[in-house]
Amino acid sequence: MRDGVLLAVEGLRAGYGAVEVLHGVDLAVAEREIVAIVGPNGAGKSTLMAAVMGLIPRRGGSVRFAGERASGRTEALVGAGLVLVPETRALFADMPVQDNLDLGAFARWRAGGRGFGRDLDRVFSLFPRLAERRRQLAGTLSGGERQMLALGRALMGRPRLLLLDEPSLGLAPRIVRDIFHVLAELRREGLAILLVEQNARAALQLSDHACVLEMGEVVLAGPSAALAGNARVRETYLGSQQRSENAVG
Amino acid sequence: MSGDIFLLLVQDGLTTGAIYLLLAVGLLLVFSVTRVIFIPQGDFVAYGTLSFAALLANRVPGTLWLLDGLALLSALISLRHARLVGWRGFALRLGPPAALTAASLLLLRFWPAPLPLGIVAVGIVAALGPLVYRFAFAPISRSPLLALLIVAMAVHYVLIGLGLIFFGPEAASTPAFTDASVGFAGEQISGQSLCVYAAAAVLVAALRWAFGRTLYGRALRAAASNALGAKLVGIDEGTTGRLAFLLAAALGGFAGILIGAVTPIGYDTGFILGLKGFVAAIIGGLASYPLAAAGALVVGIAESFADFWASAYRDVIVFTLIIPVLVWLSLRRPGVEDG
Amino acid sequence: MSARKLLPPLLAVIALAIPYLVPAYALTLLAYVGMAALVALGLVLLTGIAGQTSFGQAAFVGIAAYTSAYLAKVQGVSPFLGLPAGLLGTGVVAWLLGLITSRLSGHYLALASVAWGISFPYLFATIGPLGGFNGMADIPTLSAFGHRLTDPHAWLYLIWAVLLASVWLARNLLDGRRGRAIRALAGGRTMADSLGIDTARLSRTVFVLAALAAGLSGWLFAHYQLFINPSPFSLDAGIEYLFMVIVGGVAWLWGAVVGAGVVVVLRDQLNDLLPRLIGQPGNYETIVFAIVVIVVLQRAPAGLWPMLRRLASPAPPARPGVAVALPHRGAPAGSAPALELSGVTRRFGGLVAASGIGFAVYPGEIVALIGPNGAGKTTVFNLISGALAPDEGRIQVFGADVAGLPARDVARRGVARTFQHVRLLPERSVLENIALGAHERGRSGLLAALLRLDRAEERRLLAEAARQAARVGLAARLMEPAGSLPLGQQRIVEIARALAADPRLLLLDEPAAGLRLQEKAQLAVLLQGLRAEGMAVLLVEHDMDFVMNLADRVVVMDFGQTIAEGLPAVVQSDEAVLEAYLGGIE
Repeated sequence: MRDGVLLAVEGLRAGYGAVEVLHGVDLAVAEREIVAIVGPNGAGKSTLMAAVMGLIPRRGGSVRFAGERASGRTEALVGAGLVLVPETRALFADMPVQDNLDLGAFARWRAGGRGFGRDLDRVFSLFPRLAERRRQLAGTLSGGERQMLALGRALMGRPRLLLLDEPSLGLAPRIVRDIFHVLAELRREGLAILLVEQNARAALQLSDHACVLEMGEVVLAGPSAALAGNARVRETYLGSQQRSENAVG
Repeated sequence: MSGDIFLLLVQDGLTTGAIYLLLAVGLLLVFSVTRVIFIPQGDFVAYGTLSFAALLANRVPGTLWLLDGLALLSALISLRHARLVGWRGFALRLGPPAALTAASLLLLRFWPAPLPLGIVAVGIVAALGPLVYRFAFAPISRSPLLALLIVAMAVHYVLIGLGLIFFGPEAASTPAFTDASVGFAGEQISGQSLCVYAAAAVLVAALRWAFGRTLYGRALRAAASNALGAKLVGIDEGTTGRLAFLLAAALGGFAGILIGAVTPIGYDTGFILGLKGFVAAIIGGLASYPLAAAGALVVGIAESFADFWASAYRDVIVFTLIIPVLVWLSLRRPGVEDG
Repeated sequence: MSARKLLPPLLAVIALAIPYLVPAYALTLLAYVGMAALVALGLVLLTGIAGQTSFGQAAFVGIAAYTSAYLAKVQGVSPFLGLPAGLLGTGVVAWLLGLITSRLSGHYLALASVAWGISFPYLFATIGPLGGFNGMADIPTLSAFGHRLTDPHAWLYLIWAVLLASVWLARNLLDGRRGRAIRALAGGRTMADSLGIDTARLSRTVFVLAALAAGLSGWLFAHYQLFINPSPFSLDAGIEYLFMVIVGGVAWLWGAVVGAGVVVVLRDQLNDLLPRLIGQPGNYETIVFAIVVIVVLQRAPAGLWPMLRRLASPAPPARPGVAVALPHRGAPAGSAPALELSGVTRRFGGLVAASGIGFAVYPGEIVALIGPNGAGKTTVFNLISGALAPDEGRIQVFGADVAGLPARDVARRGVARTFQHVRLLPERSVLENIALGAHERGRSGLLAALLRLDRAEERRLLAEAARQAARVGLAARLMEPAGSLPLGQQRIVEIARALAADPRLLLLDEPAAGLRLQEKAQLAVLLQGLRAEGMAVLLVEHDMDFVMNLADRVVVMDFGQTIAEGLPAVVQSDEAVLEAYLGGIE
């Protein structure tokens, strides 16, 4: 176990209907750390995110966040600083960008917090494009702008740990690069991130720790650099030796 | 048909249409936030008229006791998770019913005027909304839409049954706001009609403001827009559900007070009224407020003309309006469910 | 002889004796239970099994009741001729309504049923010869050979004989290829369409059958009660039928009987009790029913019958036996491509999901369609299989244009597919799910299915399903509910279902997702076998090892466009592909 653990998942089991998808997953994210989860489609990565956030019932195991046993109520977890950006982004498509961002602070507002102008300025400085489009409906944004808005909305909740499900999904490489730079900057400022990413190469470059999820089980875990050097990971997720040499060249 | 009759029919149609508009807005709100097709909306209309009429007749309406009973039951059940609910939760559950009870009893004794009694009547009906949500719909909020629809139908039967117990089988009317009428382009327009138009316009404007500006209003729209997204910013499904039902019931109760002056309302008249609001909401595709508003006026006018030409088939004609719309809605959504 | 074997005849004797064992008022009650159960039975078929909710069944009861009553009383026609006339009337009205309703989805149909549920009673009350709100009295009863049927015992036997016969017919229908297809309607039509099933027509058939059951009940009702008025055919009555079905068990034929029994008997008891308690007349029992319905839907949405059934511990279904194999589609003639796309474009609003896509798949070839998530691969799949129509471009299957054709017609040309998000009937067995794929290889008609004359064909279909199950390695799990399999295995069930359709072009959407290493190897062997037989296979897949070892050619998509196409080894070292897939962050 690493120092300053923020999120500790132990033996987590979850699934849909009669099918169990996660068969006892262990995972930890420390403060100021990016942890990546890689694995094939259907391995249970999104299910893991949903189970941690209480979006689907947990069938066993435990989730602790900031030292406390995390309840299965999503709203309570959001209030505690655990914020998910799902694969679908789940934006309020028929509402303006500004409303989407304001609502990102809903949990804090209900808890009595005020003064969200500073957070808004921060989001606009990270993503100037959003400031230009603050009156536009979220549904009319381009793919990259949508991901920025989803991230911005999540940041308005002032998360301690950000869960990101496939942030690069459907985005052009240039935009993926921009977004990954923002993630690196957020980490420098002290945010912890748990990242599910199909682009294993980028994920392993960005993250401190990583784990490989296959068939609902963590089959490998460790520092990302070590995983990137692991023969099996290279073979399965980074392309073969020859391919990766080509990529570098 | 002479021009006079034509204008009279249009005026009548617009008056009932304005009332259907309120119902349609409530139905749309409830559907978009909770996926419940809110069949009992019409029963809240009847409860509004009948509670108001009972208060005016110096009787405590049974709906008040129903409210107190349900609120008490809900508070008792929540004792089990007292820690989670907290004092604020209990106050929220018991405060409004207690206040409404006290207000009714005091007003009946000291100030039995229509205006305060009307406000209390709408308050009682509005406060029933969240309780109906809590007992009937919240426990199955993730069920298929059709299960919610069947529960909505069942709630309707519970409400009309209770309505019969509370108010008896006779229909009741409420006083008009005004007997005056206004001359306009050579025609007389009744003051009551103008009041109805004005009330509907003010309510719609108020709702627009609330949904556009307040954070709770925007949270409701967010819950309607993307349920997952709402959950992920901490908007609690129970809160938005209760809020939507509160607003819808309030709109229903208020519509009851408006329509009670136009036509007598019995314990079981509400259903048909609610369905007409529903036809309007469906014309709006169960999604668009402006279209639903237009739909409501169309339904009101269609009904008024159908009543004139073929009064026995009036309701048949109005309900048949929805079938082509339903077909269009089904066709518009192609059958691809895979992303 | 064991106790188990003695039980059925014993029960039958008791059942036959019941009319003579119970008090007179119970005879009436049981008669009403039987008639209500008939309507509820149709509703189970329609709502619980085909997934179409109707609040308006009482209207169909009324159409038959009024038709036969009018003919018998006013025209002097024998009620036995009134029966076909009543059923014909009901059937025609239902068929016409069905033209509309079969296009309505989910709650829209339920709402439309409210509209006709309100309208028909109005019509009954306003058409002059039908007696208005007072209805018709002194309707002739049934009579045969000069003997008038007035004995309540005889009526009870008649009503329950009709009910049990209807249950038998419905069971037969469900226990066969049409039954499987009807069950498939409930979960959205995409899957059934992709198997070539005419879902619109099937849902209309179910709708008419449910209406006919209601009509049968209406005919009995008119000649049993001898007077009718509009109120038993009102929307309220229609909703009460739905409540019966919910309470009894919406997905079970016997649930209709149980629910009708509970509601009719309870109504009879409460009808006296509640007004006395409350002190004024009224139909307060509906409050009780409604609360029961709410509680049932909250606590036990499957209803009462499954609970009763569990007590009886039903015997497990039999595994299929051997049977003559079904005929095969011939191999395609010539060397034309199995599939050819050129310039295929599809937009969703402003988003171009597929732009100018062009490639071909030949018989005996495996082509892989790869690309990052969101690249548009599934859109291309949906365009080929007919689930979507392209905005531009040509799609040919074995030389025939299929662009814009409905999925059903594409399927009938020998195209079968699997889905990225598995679409199975989770409660039904693996065997039944696979047999669904062979639906279009059966020929038996509706009547044959109802009368159980389709058994030989049914054996062949199930044997074919079992054969396909064995082929994909699922023989051991044949009788398990498909939903209990791990997701990876559910994808394999979909492959077997597709194979049961005897396709020549197979479209597989991420077949290897969620499979273990060894299972992937088995899948590869299976696909190689199919290729050797001349099958054309197009697959979308993320697992690069799987694709590169298996595919003959690879088409790479990114942002809705093909960015590369060719042999696996060539594509692997293509710059654009590496950028799309492996682009780092620096």
